[in-house]
Amino acid sequence: MSLFLALFSGITIAVGVVFFIAGTVALLRFPDPLSRLHALTKADSLGLGLIVLGLLPWAGGWLAALKLILVWLLVLLAGATATQMIAERIRRSGPPQ
Amino acid sequence: MSLVLDLCLALAVIGVAVWTLAVRGNFPAVIGFVAYGLLLALVWVRLGAVDVALTEAALGAGATGVILLFAVVRLRGGKAEIDAATPSGPQRIAAGLLCAVVGIGLAAAVVTLPEPAPSLAAEAARHLPALGVANPITGVLMAYRGLDTLLEAVVLVFAVLAIWTMAPDRRWGGVPGPVFPVQSSGPLSLLARVLPPIGIVVGIYVAWVGADAPGGKFQGGTILAAMGILAWVAGLWRLPPTSARGLRWAVVAGPLAFIGVGLLGFVIADGFLAYPPSLAKPLILLIEGAMTLSVAAALILMVAGPPEGGGRRAP
Repeated sequence: MSLFLALFSGITIAVGVVFFIAGTVALLRFPDPLSRLHALTKADSLGLGLIVLGLLPWAGGWLAALKLILVWLLVLLAGATATQMIAERIRRSGPPQ
Repeated sequence: MSLVLDLCLALAVIGVAVWTLAVRGNFPAVIGFVAYGLLLALVWVRLGAVDVALTEAALGAGATGVILLFAVVRLRGGKAEIDAATPSGPQRIAAGLLCAVVGIGLAAAVVTLPEPAPSLAAEAARHLPALGVANPITGVLMAYRGLDTLLEAVVLVFAVLAIWTMAPDRRWGGVPGPVFPVQSSGPLSLLARVLPPIGIVVGIYVAWVGADAPGGKFQGGTILAAMGILAWVAGLWRLPPTSARGLRWAVVAGPLAFIGVGLLGFVIADGFLAYPPSLAKPLILLIEGAMTLSVAAALILMVAGPPEGGGRRAP
């Protein structure tokens, strides 16, 4: 059972890290601000979700697990809000070059 | 593995610090400063000082970053004045040399510490049960070195006063900072409505767990202040004028409670800031509670800045 859990966590966290790396590569490589934002937020939100999912079995109690999920939800909320606000500013400052 | 991680972290801290100093423009420099603060918080976690990490993330990167961002926005347009006030090349080189000498001195002092380093940690931990607080950091801050913490608390009040004195005479007693229009829709409005109920609970929780685990009044107060600033920037909450009695009491409540308990020590224990063991925990909680309120109020007022609206009528 614990071997199964370890395997599950290892795979989810590794996939989460891949998403983070993909988001960072997109941030560095994509041509315009809107597509960079688009790629970064989604990849990071999913990446953090997968890492939290992988850490849940090892949280040590349901309260700690709940805190981890709360952290993920708060990051989702804050990340989405910040992205929308930056995108709004970009949209208002003129058409993309 | 952990050595690689630490090395990467150390290099990242130095890299971001150099970038922050070298970058042109105020705005990127502030962004660099915030990133530097967050990396520094990770360093404190790696050193096992979670309390310091929380403070660094909340106050060092978060609150200070917001204050600097506001300063950058307000400095726009005054380029000639900024250029006139910017130190010349030789002055900057002299300042850099001074920093380098102080830095090397500090590094030398740390490197030449005797092994094992002198420590009162065991002694401090041994007397902790008498205080009723399980977190050694809180024990040191509130009991062993209570005077230092009291002075830190008073500094906040003076900082608010210093900012208020920047107001022109006709604005004295007016509403601090710019007045934001109400955002009835949009992402900021949504965040400012959804987040504060959660953030207020988290802020009070972080202040409360300071007795037993990493956390405390400064960290919790900063989270509460962030919620207030969010509601203020979204236009959902008007800051009270600086002449409002409640606002002024909120700023001084913590230091007053601290000084009051300190003086009480003459009567119920053996001197200033001494707690009788049976009352140590409730007294420390009283101070921490009042201080959380004061830290939150002071930080909001520091971000808002001097009064800009209202105020008394010109004579």
